[in-house]
Amino acid sequence: MPYDYKPYDYVAPPGLTGPEPRHPVIVVGAGPIGLAMALELANFGIASVILDDNNVVSVGSRAICWSKRSLEILDRLGVGDRCVKKGVTWKVGRTFHRDCEVFNFDLLPEEGHKMPAFVNLQQYYVEEYLVEQAQANDLIDLRFKNKVTDVSQNPDFATVQAETPDGVYTLEAEYVIACDGAKSPIREMMGLDFDGELFEERFLIADIEMLADAPSERWFWFEPTFHPGQSALMHKQPDNIYRIDLQLGWNAKPDEEKKPENVIPRIEKVVGHSDFKLDWVSVYTFQCRRLGRFVHDRVIFVGDSAHIVSPFGARGGNGGLQDVDNLGWKLAAVLESRANSALLETYNDERIHGADENILNSARATKFMTPADGVERLFRDQVLALAGKARFARGWVNSGRLSVPCVYPLKAPDDPALPRAARPGAVAPDAPQRSDWLLTQLGRRPVVLALGCDVAPVRGAEILHPDVNDWVRRRYMGEAAKAVYVIRPDQVVAARWPYVDGKAVQAAVDAIWRVQG
Amino acid sequence: MTALIDTPNLADHDGFYAELLAVHRGLSEAQSHALNAQLILILANHVGDRKVLSEALKLARQGFEAG
Repeated sequence: MPYDYKPYDYVAPPGLTGPEPRHPVIVVGAGPIGLAMALELANFGIASVILDDNNVVSVGSRAICWSKRSLEILDRLGVGDRCVKKGVTWKVGRTFHRDCEVFNFDLLPEEGHKMPAFVNLQQYYVEEYLVEQAQANDLIDLRFKNKVTDVSQNPDFATVQAETPDGVYTLEAEYVIACDGAKSPIREMMGLDFDGELFEERFLIADIEMLADAPSERWFWFEPTFHPGQSALMHKQPDNIYRIDLQLGWNAKPDEEKKPENVIPRIEKVVGHSDFKLDWVSVYTFQCRRLGRFVHDRVIFVGDSAHIVSPFGARGGNGGLQDVDNLGWKLAAVLESRANSALLETYNDERIHGADENILNSARATKFMTPADGVERLFRDQVLALAGKARFARGWVNSGRLSVPCVYPLKAPDDPALPRAARPGAVAPDAPQRSDWLLTQLGRRPVVLALGCDVAPVRGAEILHPDVNDWVRRRYMGEAAKAVYVIRPDQVVAARWPYVDGKAVQAAVDAIWRVQG
Repeated sequence: MTALIDTPNLADHDGFYAELLAVHRGLSEAQSHALNAQLILILANHVGDRKVLSEALKLARQGFEAG
C-alpha cells in the first residue's frame, strides 16, 4: 500500500498578534534531522520552536537506509523500536557484475547488539513517528506552514522572520539551528559558500509497489544485461515498496526521464515483468559538498544544510543524525551555562571531521560507479574483471561503503592493550546486559564504566558497574583484567585505562565540558 | 618499516622481462592495457604494504610531466 499523506494542521503562531519571548532554540526544518534535533534538546530539558515551510512529511522514500548508530539515536528519541518493527532489517549486500555475483558483505557479523546493522524505512515513516513524538512533547512547539524568509545575527541572539498563511512575524532565539536541507534557504540568505564536487552523472530513482519475494538484501549491479553499461540498485522497503536506482548518464534529460512512459519500460527490464505500480520518481545528480564551517555564531548548520554526499553510502540522513547526537548535549550545556560557548567549536570540528570522512567515502564510491573515460574506466573495469577470478579483488569492488560513525580525533588517555573498536573518539560499542543493553544504560550523561574493578565517586559522572559478560569483555577489555572508561553524553568514549587512577578519571570527566587545547 | 626496494632484487629479471612481453602476445593494445591494469592490482595486493605502494607510485610518476 502506498503511503497515505495526511497534512498536519497549521495553527496561527502567537508571534502574529504580539511579540513572543525570546526562545532558547529555533529549529528550521521539520525533516528527520530538525525533528530529531528538537527531540534531543527536549531530552536535555531545552525548549525549542520548529518552523517548517510545509505541512506534510517527505514525498517519496528519499533517505531509506538507517544505520545501526542512527537506530540507537532514534531509540533515545523514543522511535527506535517502532522504526525497527516497521522497517525491513538487512545486513547483507550483494554486488553483481553483468549477471554474476562478484562480492557480498555482511555488515553486522556479530550478535549482541540491540539494533541491527541497517533498517530500510521510507523517510516519511521516520518523519511521521518523530512528528508524533514532537507533538506529544511539551518542550517542542512544532509550527507547520511557517516559512523562514530572513535570518539575522545579533551579539547574543538571532532573529528569524517567518511567513505564514496569516502573515509575517519575527521571533528571536539564543540559537537558530538550520536543518533546512540540501538546498538550505538559510545558507543562501547568509551567502555562505557550499564547496565541493559535482559529479557529471544522473541517476533515476523510483519507488515501485509490487508483490515479490525478494530477500531483505541490498542488490547492486555493475553493467547488468537489463541496463547495459550502467549501474543499478534495488532495495526492499516496507509495504511491498521497492526502491530502484538506475544510472542514466550525464546527457539524460531529467524531465523526460521522469515521465512514466519512460520510467516504466526501464523498471520492467529490472524486475522482468510489468506487474508493479509506480509510486514515486525523481532524478538526481551526485554531489559532495560542505560548508567551510558549521557554526556561524548564533546560527548552527546540521545535516544536509551543512554537508551533502552522493548516495549509495547511506551517509546523508545517517550523517545528519550523528550531527544531532554530537550537538545536542553541547548546546544544552551552553544554554544552561554549564559550559562555555567554545564547546560548540568542538561540534564544528568533530562534525567537519565526520563530514569529510563521509565525503571521501562517497566520492570514492562515485568514482568507481561512474568512472571517467580513460584510465579511470580502465581500472574500474579491470577490478570488476579480476573480481571474477581473484578473491582479493572482490572487496575492491565499490558500490558504496555503508555508513559507520567516524572516530573523532580526541587527544585522550588511551591504552593500546584495550580493544581498538572502543578507543577514545569511537562510539561505545553496545553489549547485552541481562534484560537490557549497555547503550540504554549509558543514556545521555557522562558515565564512568568500571569493568572488573571499583572506582571512587567522581564529580559530574555516574559510575556504572555493568555485568562483565563475554560481550563486554571482548568489546571493552580484551586481555585486560580490568578497565575504566569515561563516556561522553553522546556515548563517545572520552578516555580509558586498563587500571584505576581516580585523579585521571576525574580529569577526563571534567574535560568533557571543555575544549581541548 | 619497509622501504621500496629500488636496487636489484629479482634474480632472473631478463627471464621475467621476456615472460612479461610474452604474456601480451596476441593481444590488442586495449587488451594489453587491461592486462597491465590487472597485473598492477594483483601485485599491489601481493605487496600488501600501503607505504611501499605509495613510494612505487611516486617513483613511477617521476619524470612524467602532466600531458
